[in-house]
Amino acid sequence: MRDFEYFEPASVKEAISLLAKYKKEAKILAGGTDLAVNLKHDVIRPNYIINIGAIPDLNHIDFDHGKGLRIGALTTMRALIESTELRKTCPVIPQAVSQLGNPAIRNVATLGGNLCNASPAADSAPVLIGLSAKAKIVGPDGVRVIPLEDFFSGPHSNVLKVGEILTEIQVPLPPANTKGVYLKYGGRGVADLAIVGVAIVANIEAKNKVCNDIKIVLGSVAPTPMRAKKAEESIKGQVITKALIDESAQIAANEARPITDNRSSAGYRKTLVNVYVKRALTELIA
Amino acid sequence: MKQDITLKINGESYEVRVKPSETLLEVLRDKLGLTGTKEGCDTGKCGACTVLIEGKAVRSCLTLAIAARDKEITTIEGLAHGKELHPIQQAFVEHGALQCGFCTPGMIMISKAFLEDNPDPTEKEIREALVGNICRCTGYVKIVEAIQASAKEMRRAN
Repeated sequence: MRDFEYFEPASVKEAISLLAKYKKEAKILAGGTDLAVNLKHDVIRPNYIINIGAIPDLNHIDFDHGKGLRIGALTTMRALIESTELRKTCPVIPQAVSQLGNPAIRNVATLGGNLCNASPAADSAPVLIGLSAKAKIVGPDGVRVIPLEDFFSGPHSNVLKVGEILTEIQVPLPPANTKGVYLKYGGRGVADLAIVGVAIVANIEAKNKVCNDIKIVLGSVAPTPMRAKKAEESIKGQVITKALIDESAQIAANEARPITDNRSSAGYRKTLVNVYVKRALTELIA
Repeated sequence: MKQDITLKINGESYEVRVKPSETLLEVLRDKLGLTGTKEGCDTGKCGACTVLIEGKAVRSCLTLAIAARDKEITTIEGLAHGKELHPIQQAFVEHGALQCGFCTPGMIMISKAFLEDNPDPTEKEIREALVGNICRCTGYVKIVEAIQASAKEMRRAN
């Protein structure tokens, strides 16, 4: 790796002031599983690395029963998977991130890192968008909280301004009867990057299968994780039948905007969206 | 700017001068002569570089040495007691779970961490635990058998 200067700020305030000082020459280190690869491949050439791993208060999973869930940006994937409370209140989150990478990566990879790296294939993004999560951002000008859906601005590009860091993801408590699932196709097994990712979070009446609310979020088929809004509209308020599932899955596939790259063709990705939306919806009404 | 740091490896303290950009893998192999940990892909995908930090399996190729200072690091060299092999090492030998041996230190380290969390795993759970460790020689069957055997032996010993 190219040389750089290295800092270990002890607080968010210190981290922000370093970022504001060094601007585009600085990069944040958390788990390092994406950063280190990018440094080795010269994808980025920062002169300053700011290791935020030791900052207290960024590693937590808090349940605020009135308002919902607050997950610190430094929470590891492993911590999300092992949290018994999370598995009870919001199981789709551990279900999704357990498909990220492999066990050694999940030991150190952080939620904030996965989101800020902003790969269109990020495994944590679709379910969190499906849960209407918000991103808490702290910077030199103060705090702002934005919908996670608005956090991504392009492949590997997020809306953080100079000096800002993501500190927390806030998830409103899902209403009763909410179920969710994340399905990912990687080619060989979960250790692969998603060629297609499908997250569906839905509020479905158990008795008559009426869908009160639904979010369908697709990964790897657009520059950022995307909502399949037309597919959502086709299901909202309807009784979910097999025929509706088939129809909505095709609408979602048509909405997807994948590219052809070294991992897959655009056409195959669209086909996979169809298949996985079908599978996910079928699973949610089972 | 180089810094003097202390790395705590296999119960011993090593004083070493590192650049911030040096990975733990590079320091283990090139500065400390602990060449049991291998460089495979150097990008965190193959598992050959797996070591334990505070008991958790990590990719030493993706870990900055400076960020690992003062933490308890375990490498493959730390498993045997003199000539007495760790049960997992012993099982790998007895079950023919290695051919070229290049993936083996990583396989053993990930297995050690895994069995500590899950001392009585199913075959499916073992294979899931190994999903980030690639072996080009064996086809994994003997590796899984060795892990099953060492799990049994470690449960018996406890």
